[in-house]
Amino acid sequence: MEKFSYVNATSLEQVTSLLSESGWGEVMLIAGGTDLLAELKEYIEAPKTLVNLKTLPGMDSIEADASGLKIGALATVSDIAMHPTIQHHYTVLAQAAVSVATPQIRNVGTLGGNLCQRPRCWYYRDESTNCLKKGGDTCYAVDGLSKYHAILGGDPVYIVHPSDLAPALIALGASVKIVGPEGEKNMSLEEFFTLPAANPFRENVLEPNEIVVEVSVPAPKSNTRSFYLKAREKGAPDFALASVAGVFAMNGKTCETASIVLGGVAPAPWRSKEAEAALTGKMINESVSQQAGSDAVKDAQPLNDNAYKVTLTQNLVSRAAMMAAS
Amino acid sequence: MASWGEASESRLIGKRVTRLSGKDKVTGKAKYTFDINEPGMLYGRILRSEVAHATVMGVDMSDAEALPGVKAVIPLIEVGKKLRYQGQEIAAVAAETDDIAKDAIRLIRVDLEELPHAVTEEDAMADGAPEIRDWPSNQSEPNIREDGDLEAGFAEAAVEVEATYHTPVQTHVCLETHGHVAKWEDEQNLTVWASTQGVFGVRNDFAQRFELPANQVRVITEHMGGGFGSKFGPGVEGHTAAELSRITGKAVKLMLTRKAEHLVAGNRPSMTQHVRAGATRDGRLIAYDMKGYGTGGISSGAGFTGPYVYHVPNSRAERVNVATNAGNQRAMRAPGHPQGAFGMDSLMDELAEKLGMNPLEFRRINDPNEVRQAQYTLGAQEIGWHRRNRVPGSGTDVKKRGMGLGSGQWGGGGGRGTEARVTINADGTVEAVTGTQDIGTGVRTVIAIIVAEEFGLAPTDIRVTVGDSAPGLPSGGSGGSQTTPSVAPVIKTAAAAAKQKLFERIAPLLEAPIEDLRVGPGTIYVVSDRTKTITWKQAAGQLGMESISEGGTWDEDLRQGGAAGAQFAEVEIDTQTGAIRVIKIVAVQDCGLAINRLTTESQINGGVIMGLGQALLEERFMDAVTGRMLNANLEDYKVPGTLEIPEIKSIVFDTHRKVTGVGEPPCIPTPGAIANAVYNAIGVRIRSLPITPDKILDALAEKKA
Repeated sequence: MEKFSYVNATSLEQVTSLLSESGWGEVMLIAGGTDLLAELKEYIEAPKTLVNLKTLPGMDSIEADASGLKIGALATVSDIAMHPTIQHHYTVLAQAAVSVATPQIRNVGTLGGNLCQRPRCWYYRDESTNCLKKGGDTCYAVDGLSKYHAILGGDPVYIVHPSDLAPALIALGASVKIVGPEGEKNMSLEEFFTLPAANPFRENVLEPNEIVVEVSVPAPKSNTRSFYLKAREKGAPDFALASVAGVFAMNGKTCETASIVLGGVAPAPWRSKEAEAALTGKMINESVSQQAGSDAVKDAQPLNDNAYKVTLTQNLVSRAAMMAAS
Repeated sequence: MASWGEASESRLIGKRVTRLSGKDKVTGKAKYTFDINEPGMLYGRILRSEVAHATVMGVDMSDAEALPGVKAVIPLIEVGKKLRYQGQEIAAVAAETDDIAKDAIRLIRVDLEELPHAVTEEDAMADGAPEIRDWPSNQSEPNIREDGDLEAGFAEAAVEVEATYHTPVQTHVCLETHGHVAKWEDEQNLTVWASTQGVFGVRNDFAQRFELPANQVRVITEHMGGGFGSKFGPGVEGHTAAELSRITGKAVKLMLTRKAEHLVAGNRPSMTQHVRAGATRDGRLIAYDMKGYGTGGISSGAGFTGPYVYHVPNSRAERVNVATNAGNQRAMRAPGHPQGAFGMDSLMDELAEKLGMNPLEFRRINDPNEVRQAQYTLGAQEIGWHRRNRVPGSGTDVKKRGMGLGSGQWGGGGGRGTEARVTINADGTVEAVTGTQDIGTGVRTVIAIIVAEEFGLAPTDIRVTVGDSAPGLPSGGSGGSQTTPSVAPVIKTAAAAAKQKLFERIAPLLEAPIEDLRVGPGTIYVVSDRTKTITWKQAAGQLGMESISEGGTWDEDLRQGGAAGAQFAEVEIDTQTGAIRVIKIVAVQDCGLAINRLTTESQINGGVIMGLGQALLEERFMDAVTGRMLNANLEDYKVPGTLEIPEIKSIVFDTHRKVTGVGEPPCIPTPGAIANAVYNAIGVRIRSLPITPDKILDALAEKKA
């Protein structure tokens, strides 16, 4: 990696002020470092300054009460996976967290880092390949090897968003608190993520001088059932070939509301309103769940090597729906 | 005639003995080449090509040389020469720290004229493909083997199968990457710690390279982290480490990065074979016609077996090597066999199905090997073959189970060329020294067991020295599953000779003829009068200021070649996600006399796991456009982890008491067995490895359509 200076953060004001000194890439934030360090070692990023967030007090807490959860951006993935309230009442989130990487990575990787991690695309991660995401003019996946790439929302960059936590949190209706030089703002986590058509270089709406500080999750209704289903090639560690976060308010076998968010198939966590519509108000059975599955992928446009993801995603959505009704 | 004695008489041989170096390995005490740090040592790094094909127009090393902490920069390719694959060496540096070395190689300016490349077999064989080496159309002369009368064979066939089977390039993934610490003691003496499976081969190579007498090069490999056939010579990186050390006068450590390990440290070539085969109504394999190719990158050596194991009276097999702009292949655990076995065992199942025959029965009819015939019976019983899906793919469950089997054959048997010395010191301590190396198979423990058995001692009583050329007791490289059958007979005869010498010394003391002396646990006694006994220590004490030190000879009667194997797999497939879980593998492995049953089982487990990786996970992805390997890491080049390991029933099938060697054969039958189990589960055949969820889902979708 290139040389950089290292600053221990003392306050959010200091952090945003340091970030405001330049544009993307000059000053970068590090918490667990499980993604960033690899990018530095591979020369994908070469910041002048790294700001260590782990010295910020109080940002790693998980607060749970009747209204919901507040999770600090520095809470580790393990903290989330092991939290009893999350395990009992926000099952989809606990399941997503425990599916991340390995215990070692979960123990240091943070919520903020997980949401802001960069794509795993093998063209993007190759220093010598100047792909579209890095300012070049080609997304090599289009004509190249695209087994792990997007089937939805890809144009013009066919990366997939690697986060497991994001689909689960979006399905739970989470919002994110962002702090910048002008103070803080809240937005739904769904709106936080962007597609390459809007900005091929970034995966979210953060400005270079902003930082994610907290995620809030409203308490699910008592009749909620939720699941995170993640398909991968090997047990662990492996990123999702496709994943489905499903949150269902159920009345017996009838689905009052459904929230379906896909991971591993699009450049951003992919909310499937189509699948939700196919389930909402329905008595879930084999044919309803299959309809939801096929509706989820009806806009899919696979590349050369990833048509299987269409089938896979469809089946995962159906399976999640059937699990809700079982 | 020398013999290992009867099983009933063996106290240690054939039993389970804990690996002597096990504790050191799990506690981190064991020193691998990576762990060697010499005072003032420098760190070497190699600048490698990121393009697959180019002419070197210039190399400017001045900025690298000027970087503080850099002690040497050397070119590794001449201007005007061609780079022919990603990863090929351009220049190297030695610096005070690894970080400085890494920075320095990035300061080397390389002027390249890029040339068109072909990194896939298809591109290399296409019209107008760039010339990669001295072969027309990038293809070697075909290797053709013919037997019998093919036309007559097909005329006799009642059923025929025609299919194409493919296995991709696989890399060795040695956990310890290739590398060396080289240190010139003075101008005439070179010491090298090498992560190698051939200490003496490496020594001789360095001696030749630097024009030194062989005994002035010392190569040390106390522990090493995997070779699998890829670590026989120093390679460019070894020569570079020694050259950088020579120039700087300091020790230099140069270990390959994980990326370089994938790119340049060898691989198992790919295989694509188109085969047409026929069988008679009564289940005799009668005709086999195969045309295939594979790539070993810029080198040849992409052969594979076929027909394999089963008897085919009429056959023709034609194989060519395809040159591609990729790193060269090296021997990889049973070279040519696993890919050939996957093709053959898939074919056997396809023929059996056409005949409406149980695939096991079909093999029984066509396998001439008696050992494997017995293994089929045992393996089928262990897996519960009767439980398999009678109709492949039947059932309506989302998760479907199936069973399959595969076969393998290997040589082993060892050879001459090992020298060893077994020493009994006057204090009763025992040393065994030879120049072999323990590449993870546990030969250190094997040596201790043999000596301990001979002397009535415990394996931990024997101080074993391997992996060092300094004692001047050569041994061959650890390849071809030859280590134990090469080393064990020499150790055995050396120990027997030393024991004889000791008996000669103490026979007068015990007032008994030498031939009446025997060893018991820690004692020597007279067989005709058991009251006459002496402890081992007392006996050795008779040596006074002397010690007994004897060499051994490789005795043909103590070893035997030929290792048959059969494996059965049970898998479960999630038909909605394509996820494949191997439930159980039964590996019945012929291995002759297993000196250490525990490490023999470990060898079988390891082979099965490697075969499972080939079957389900491993594939080198080459990008046709950029010419680069896309998964030169351990994230996208996937190897089995703990969650992938099924129940493995390793059955040591020891049919005789001669040492054979079992390093390679257990990885051969696994991919075929798993592929056949997948078919048995879901009723669609995946003819290309690795069998990944995408292939399962695509195949199921195709079947449905």
